[in-house]
Amino acid sequence: MVIIETQHLSKKFKDLLAVDNVNLEIEEGECFGLLGPNGAGKTSLIRMITAVSPPLEGDIFVEGKDLKAYPRQVKAILGVVPQIDNLDEDLTVLRNLTTFARYFAVPRAEALRRSQGLLGLFRLEDKADSRIKELSGGMKRMLLIARGLVNQPRIIILDEPTIGLDPQTRHLVWQQLGELRAQGITQLLCTQNMEEAAVLCDRVAIMHLGRILSLDTPQALISSHIGDRVLEIDVNAADRDKVVKELTAVGLEFIDVGNTIQVFNIGDDGLPEELKKSPGRLRQRPATLEDVFFKLTGRTLEE
Amino acid sequence: MRLFSWRFIRLWQRNRDVFFRLWHSEAPGMIVEPILILVAMGLGLGAYVGLINGQEYIEFVAPGIIASYAMFAATFECTYGTFFRMEEQKTFDAIIATPLNVEDVVAGEIFWGATRALMTGTVILAIEAAFQLVHSPWVLLIPLVCFLQGIMFSSIAVFFSSIVPSFYSFNHFFTLFVTPMFFFSGVFFPLTQFPEVIQTLSWIAPLTPVVIINRALFQGEFHIDVLGSFALIVAIAAVFFAVSLFTMRRRLTV
Repeated sequence: MVIIETQHLSKKFKDLLAVDNVNLEIEEGECFGLLGPNGAGKTSLIRMITAVSPPLEGDIFVEGKDLKAYPRQVKAILGVVPQIDNLDEDLTVLRNLTTFARYFAVPRAEALRRSQGLLGLFRLEDKADSRIKELSGGMKRMLLIARGLVNQPRIIILDEPTIGLDPQTRHLVWQQLGELRAQGITQLLCTQNMEEAAVLCDRVAIMHLGRILSLDTPQALISSHIGDRVLEIDVNAADRDKVVKELTAVGLEFIDVGNTIQVFNIGDDGLPEELKKSPGRLRQRPATLEDVFFKLTGRTLEE
Repeated sequence: MRLFSWRFIRLWQRNRDVFFRLWHSEAPGMIVEPILILVAMGLGLGAYVGLINGQEYIEFVAPGIIASYAMFAATFECTYGTFFRMEEQKTFDAIIATPLNVEDVVAGEIFWGATRALMTGTVILAIEAAFQLVHSPWVLLIPLVCFLQGIMFSSIAVFFSSIVPSFYSFNHFFTLFVTPMFFFSGVFFPLTQFPEVIQTLSWIAPLTPVVIINRALFQGEFHIDVLGSFALIVAIAAVFFAVSLFTMRRRLTV
């Protein structure tokens, strides 16, 4: 069943078209990843889905409800974990959760029970009475995620949940997200971390300049755009033209990354003879989502 | 226009919880400053001032001091307080992703500001009663007036907060709007004292009708201008409340 649907969704900031005619169907229970560089429109897209930013055009349906007509009902079933820390600094750690639960009209005793449970889950029980300022960056992120769960959402929307975290904390977050996934909670995850997308997401949409460029399972994205392996040829300036000419002649897809040329879709038949005699050093490695990302979004910086 | 719902109470509760956690740092200012001004103006300056309409000077200024400090309470809460929550702490961004909409946040802030005005005004009324300045039973209505004027001043302040770029803008708000009202709304001298131009300006200042009502309640004497003042407060409050629902939505939901 489709739980989130966007139809012809667009958003404009002054002259910038941040989201450009996006049509998405997110299935109930899946972890759906939005992968894209800065300025791709990921945050703008999820801000519209969480009803805090009105679209220029298009419609959003969550569980079949039109977001425009039923923003409160939709927001009631969403858990939102923003990229920017907007914890309530006037309140203690525990109070952040109970106060947030109250916005969802969770009864007092139940709010306290849930909040304490979540603090335990995210290893913050010792910090219950601390001020937000006393928390480390990782703890704040944990608390933000805990806060996003206090209303027991059916959909959780996370914007870069592990950015800037140390590896231990990152894995703890991934583990918790995996648990939620197992409980059947739909996840919409915005990320720039390829490993995160590959590990967590059932399907990934690669977004660039406001548009969805490609959408599939991580494995299918890799095989359709890159193949199983990437051939890397280290070249010096003198040999480069020769190698490029050979590659063009055999009709292989490649990109030129400075001192290395990456060749895609080389197939299983082994390398063409011409390439084996190539002057550069050859190297093969498994293809990753990052290769897909670079191939589709380019290597230049977009802001 | 979108309206607010009962859910605004959740934001009001949040502000109340924060206030009562920190109340000991707020309370001295709430109590000491009005006492100082009452003593300085009422007893100090008052010694050099003859009777006004048959009253001691301190009795003349007592109702206006309640009105002024209730105004300050609501105004500080919904300028610096609101702006800090909105811009520095991003508290509202988090809240509008819950079932509360922007309009609930606006109403919660305004009703909380009005509650601050009510608390401040009531405390000063009690202090003035201790100074034996209170004679009429009508003053029991003063807390209600404080709440009503609180809605008006909070609405004006929230509106202002929703359109300014930074904290510095509030300096203008206070020096050009709030402080002049403190001196030119009939708190310390009858308005008839002033040249006609200033008198006209005074009638526009929203503190003037509050002072008129409070003074009437203190004296237990009501004229038609009390009714007019009440209508003016309600009208100003309604306009700024409605406008701030709109301007705050524009600011927060980009």
